[in-house]
Amino acid sequence: MKEDFRPQQDEIKERRDSISVKGGQKKQLKCDTHSVSGCVSQRACVYCGARVVLNPVTDAVHLVHGPIGCASYTWDIRGSLTSGSSLYRNSFSTDLQEEDIIFGGEKKLASAIDELVAKHNPKLVLVYSTCIVGVIGDDLDAVCKAAAARHGIEVIPVQSSGFIGNKAAGYRAACDVLLRLSLPQTANPLPKQQYTINYLGDFNLAGEAWMIKNYLAEIGIKINVVFTGDSSYETLQKASATSLNIIQCAGSMTILAEQMEKRFQIPYMNVSFLGMEDTAESLRKIAAFFENKEFNKNTERLIAREEAKVGHVIESAKQLFAGKKAAIYVGGGFKAISLIKQFREIGIDVVMVGTQTGRKDEYDTIGELVNEGTVVLDDANPSELEKFMTEKGAHLLVGGVKERPLAYKLGIAFIDHNHDRKHPLSGYTGAVNFAREVESTLCSPVWKYAKEGPHHG
Amino acid sequence: MLNHTPKEIQERKGGVINPAKTCQPIGAMYAALGIHNCLPHSHGSQGCCSYHRMHLTRHFRDPVMASTSSFTEGASVFGGGANVKASVRNVFSIYNPDVMAIHTTCLTETIGDDIPSFIADAEVPDGKTVIHANTPSYVGSHITGFSNMTKAMVGYLAEATDDSKKEQANVIPGFVNPGDMREMKRIMNLMEVPFIMFPDTSGVVDSPMTGEFSMFPKGGTTVEQLRDTGNSKITLALGEFASNDAAVLLDRKCKVPAKILKTPIGIKATDEFLMALRSTFAKEIPYELEEERGQLVDIITDTHFHFHGKKVAIFGDPDIVIALTEFVMSLGMVPVHVLTGTPGKSFERQVKAMLLAAGVEGNVKAAGDLFLLHQWLKNEPVDLLIGNTYGKYIARAEDIPLMRVGFPILDRSVHSYLPIVGYKGALRLIEMISNTLLERQDRDAEDEDFELVM
Ligand code: SF4
Ligand code: SF4
Repeated sequence: MKEDFRPQQDEIKERRDSISVKGGQKKQLKCDTHSVSGCVSQRACVYCGARVVLNPVTDAVHLVHGPIGCASYTWDIRGSLTSGSSLYRNSFSTDLQEEDIIFGGEKKLASAIDELVAKHNPKLVLVYSTCIVGVIGDDLDAVCKAAAARHGIEVIPVQSSGFIGNKAAGYRAACDVLLRLSLPQTANPLPKQQYTINYLGDFNLAGEAWMIKNYLAEIGIKINVVFTGDSSYETLQKASATSLNIIQCAGSMTILAEQMEKRFQIPYMNVSFLGMEDTAESLRKIAAFFENKEFNKNTERLIAREEAKVGHVIESAKQLFAGKKAAIYVGGGFKAISLIKQFREIGIDVVMVGTQTGRKDEYDTIGELVNEGTVVLDDANPSELEKFMTEKGAHLLVGGVKERPLAYKLGIAFIDHNHDRKHPLSGYTGAVNFAREVESTLCSPVWKYAKEGPHHG
Repeated sequence: MLNHTPKEIQERKGGVINPAKTCQPIGAMYAALGIHNCLPHSHGSQGCCSYHRMHLTRHFRDPVMASTSSFTEGASVFGGGANVKASVRNVFSIYNPDVMAIHTTCLTETIGDDIPSFIADAEVPDGKTVIHANTPSYVGSHITGFSNMTKAMVGYLAEATDDSKKEQANVIPGFVNPGDMREMKRIMNLMEVPFIMFPDTSGVVDSPMTGEFSMFPKGGTTVEQLRDTGNSKITLALGEFASNDAAVLLDRKCKVPAKILKTPIGIKATDEFLMALRSTFAKEIPYELEEERGQLVDIITDTHFHFHGKKVAIFGDPDIVIALTEFVMSLGMVPVHVLTGTPGKSFERQVKAMLLAAGVEGNVKAAGDLFLLHQWLKNEPVDLLIGNTYGKYIARAEDIPLMRVGFPILDRSVHSYLPIVGYKGALRLIEMISNTLLERQDRDAEDEDFELVM
């Protein structure tokens, strides 16, 4: 049997600029580019970006125009909860066949829309284009327009052919659609509702948006629309009737916020509800915006009460985790930043930070936050993750689906911070969940068996 | 809550609702993982590759490695020749596999990339191999992709180097779990028949935890073995849909006669597998296997009244569904709805013939979707639904117990380690079926009907 091959990192020359070590020689981290051909990339595509952002629109027919795969892999893979329709949890695809590729898929798309409208009677149909549609040249706009006229409902194309960029381009495509849905149906602007905000970039995984809604309600602020967790065609249309946009997932939603500022004069601010520190800071920021003394008082009361409730849990976690080191590999830069702070809160040092789609300014912030010697990398591949986690002695990895078994094989604990998860990680409840989740994996007896055993002598 | 399915069945022309299949490349990727030291390579955009790895990872709960050509807009206009070249260079210099197995995606198929000539232009290091399969997703399903990559192994590698054939069998296991492949190998070893199984994902996607990450776990069929398949006495293709094409090509290319059998699920299909081995190699069936068969019959006798007349619906991949249908009928169950997402006339022909022989009137459909299955179930409910994880929506909406078998299973673990093939596998299936049915009976029983002994 041949020896296990150890990948030789230095040979991926193209990857050198995408990796940096804090305290080492100064250089600009390369990011927001395509992966190198022939690498094992962890990245997804434009369609994926658009789909994850739009999918939580609960009462839409989400129709994927393309061959079967793109639809089948994205069938109900997010834990976004709904309080109304569950139509979004179905998987609709035109399932293009060879003859459609040759003769074009427009007819099939049109009849798919007709049949779905007849069956489900939706107010909104979102038609996602996949790679192949871009290549065979189906006129999605025309088909959607005609269908919209036929049925008197909104049928909107989502331009998300996979090869035109990466996930971030998909976010942009999704934001285009959301903006279109936000435009008021009347000529006059909608009157702004006092003390309301839109909450951008929360997909209501495990009901997280509902938690934040409750916090804000206690302060005296009402959430107008969530983009897109538990949203619907009707709620989205009210989006312009509000005084402030707050953004949780900056990667996906900044473009939408900018557009809404331009068109509807709604200012925006970034927030984060990951960890006690960020949650408190964000609540204060939001309250301060309204310049209402009552709000500030309510906020302080809420923070004091919640911190008293969970502070000791976090404190004891801190003692339990002393000396442990974590590695982060997540989709967006903003999430990575929040996680670094959240780990610090529970006494864990971060020794490696990577993202799939982080932006330059986010990497700058990460660089400021982390300790000397921390490895920062963009669009990492599995062997790089392995190398740096092993080198830096990480005990825990936070990542997505594909990273989980990788960590486990290395005998490293893992927590899921992606759309697979079932526990809310936002707010104070989330801070406790986060600490408990870290504990349940980091302190599992299983690692003992992994490192002992007869074959270790 | 997930019940959006109307009862009335109408003809549909516009695609699929809740698919019972997925696309070719994932099948090709899975097959390629069954070659020792092989890195599957997805020629297309990053997204597909990422989805396929994610899906396989969810099912097997093991790292699934594959590289991608990382298509850009430019490549989709000018063709992916440069991407393949760069990929070949990078794959061998970075990851150093023995084999790089390229499959295409919808995109590269549609723009018409000519992979063989790209490979011919690329610099493949000495002693290394690049193979490829065309896997357009707008044809067939993931099973077609599996079949195509398995066929590519024969096309690129099999050679008839000896004048006479060796006393050895080729076994093509089809799109089954590594646990099934292990069981097939155990049976062959008990029969003392030398064999080459390809592809063989055992040891790759069910690799042990060692505290180290290995890009290429120990398992898989080696290149030498794949070459040697041309010298074997016979090829047993287990499952027509996933295995037929490679076996036929092997016959044409190297004169190795092929026997197409069912996936050995259940007593009859396992008997046939063993009989094929016995008659080809003049071997006795060892007592150990006789004993297993005897135990199986014994258990069926002990439990047959639990199953008799129970209605069942089965969906999933064609080879598995065909064999399962035969098996549940051997238990006295009545398969009233049988469906696969993969297209193919022979599926309907085979299943209908089995139902007809048993005097069962049932719905049978290839290239169907779960929406249709759900409609069937609304019109004629069953006692048990057998299929993959996606069946859980229907199971919940119609309050039918679901027994998880097939691909993908995303919400349960361990399944990929334990076989459903062979006599042992049949025992396991019986345990699963009866547990599912009896648990339901317990749950639904009135106090006075609640029994200790069942
Ligand atoms: S584009 Fe084709 S190959 Fe890629 S995921 Fe979609 S169906 Fe599969
Ligand atoms: S085909 Fe394109 S859109 Fe579909 S998954 Fe692949 S990269 Fe994404």
